[in-house]
Amino acid sequence: MLKIGSGAGFSGDRIEPAEELLQQVDLDYLVLECLAERTIALAQKKKSHQADEGYDPLLERRIRRLLPLLLKKGVRLITNMGAANPIAGAEKILEIAEELKLSCKVAAVTGDDVLDQIDRNSKIWEDNSKLSSYDPILSANAYLGVDALLPALESEADIIITGRVADPSLFLAPQVYHFNWSKEDYNKLGQGTINGHLLECAGQVSGGYFADGNKKNVTDMANIGFPYAEIASNGQAIIKKAEKTGGLIDLRTVKEQLLYEVHNPAEYITPDVIADFTSVQIKEIGENQVKVFNGSGREKTDSFKVSLGYHAGFLGEGEISYAGTNAVERAELAGEILKERLSGKIPDLRIDYIGLSSVHRTNFDDSLIPYEVRVRAAGYHHSNLQAALIGEEVESLYLNGPYGGGGARKKVTESIGVVSSLIPRDQVNTKIYYREWENEL
Amino acid sequence: MKLVEVAHSRAGDKGDIINLSLIPYNEDHYGWLCKEVTADKVKDHLRDIVSGKVIRYELPNIKALNFVCYSSLLGGVTTSLAMDTHGKSLSSALLEMEINNEELYGVS
Repeated sequence: MLKIGSGAGFSGDRIEPAEELLQQVDLDYLVLECLAERTIALAQKKKSHQADEGYDPLLERRIRRLLPLLLKKGVRLITNMGAANPIAGAEKILEIAEELKLSCKVAAVTGDDVLDQIDRNSKIWEDNSKLSSYDPILSANAYLGVDALLPALESEADIIITGRVADPSLFLAPQVYHFNWSKEDYNKLGQGTINGHLLECAGQVSGGYFADGNKKNVTDMANIGFPYAEIASNGQAIIKKAEKTGGLIDLRTVKEQLLYEVHNPAEYITPDVIADFTSVQIKEIGENQVKVFNGSGREKTDSFKVSLGYHAGFLGEGEISYAGTNAVERAELAGEILKERLSGKIPDLRIDYIGLSSVHRTNFDDSLIPYEVRVRAAGYHHSNLQAALIGEEVESLYLNGPYGGGGARKKVTESIGVVSSLIPRDQVNTKIYYREWENEL
Repeated sequence: MKLVEVAHSRAGDKGDIINLSLIPYNEDHYGWLCKEVTADKVKDHLRDIVSGKVIRYELPNIKALNFVCYSSLLGGVTTSLAMDTHGKSLSSALLEMEINNEELYGVS
């Protein structure tokens, strides 16, 4: 029986649920998935300014809190907090271990950075254009799989830190290693991938992002327990959470997470396998315990997906609110003024009415008249100064717009866009960087 | 009747594509949902949001449907001008859909 816990589902996730998992459950592995699509491009920029930067900004805080418990309980950590610089991340972890006087072994997985190898003529998945049409490309990272992680697992490392790895592979790798699954045992790899897919967003399978009215009650949501899986050698898993925590694991939460970010459920493509979600069975076997089994899969593809970060210009935004009688009419008048003032200056200017139709970009029940409405203007421009015009025009509505506007805010953000492509497997070379620090008493 | 009364949903994003799961609270309603909630009906309901095609996948093993909606995020999650750049809230847009419940009372 293998126990794998999920201690973070995104870079800014809560820290204490991972601590609770370590305290309450005898885990074999803890996985922290912290790397969003765009994060790596931003981290790459940081690294280009400073060579020892480029790992996750929360790495230090998380490791400081978790390292003593991990080492004390002998739980191995797998995390993609290395972002654009796994080696610098590994060195930082060793530095923290030294400071805490704890002996620690760290392995960093490198090779996901394929900026130098990728063919400029590669096809962009999103729009069939060529990669070169997105120049200048800031980052190109291949989604690595189990093969890249196995050498690190075979080392004595307590902590395994990576850059870009397919999220479910972070969880599949310890299953393959622990049970010694064959790389051709596609059904086990498929089931193991499903286990990983269910765990990778942490609280999203254990009651997070679920509560809604009386039908979807979740207890003690301020203290949702993060999930872990008890996995058998055939891949069958029981998804659970620590007992003294809030949240909920049932058929409904598992179904929602199973289909999260899935397109064709019979073809869930990862670097390790093409997993098939249409054979999987789920069964509630106790309170907050769901058994997942019978997942399947077929042979992996011959390429890796590559995530490409590019400079997408500057996003200019401005907002202002109107309240009370005629709020909607005044907000709409403000929107019309902004369109006229910015016409010809900002292509594709977007005007949203927050409180009316901004979130769904439409309104399925226009019988309700809101008490207050917030006008939002947004647009892209390659020039920082032109993008700033949007916020400036919104602010100008104070003195020159409709009656009673308040709470104006403006913002310009440098934007990194992300598109994807493929790279043949043989053009990606992964390596392990291993180092340990031994505390002398 | 609105879908929200009989089913729940979660949205996920990839590029400019969103997927919306549709899961009946009562598993016995799965067959009826398959009949009532077609890809065409979803495309029509979400016409102001989704400008591309809608493909429906069936998962009888877990009694759930998955709708994959193309061109749904004003150009893609990382550069979308929408308030909800990920389209995470769009699951609740799907659940606003009106459905014919005449047959439902025969099954429930």
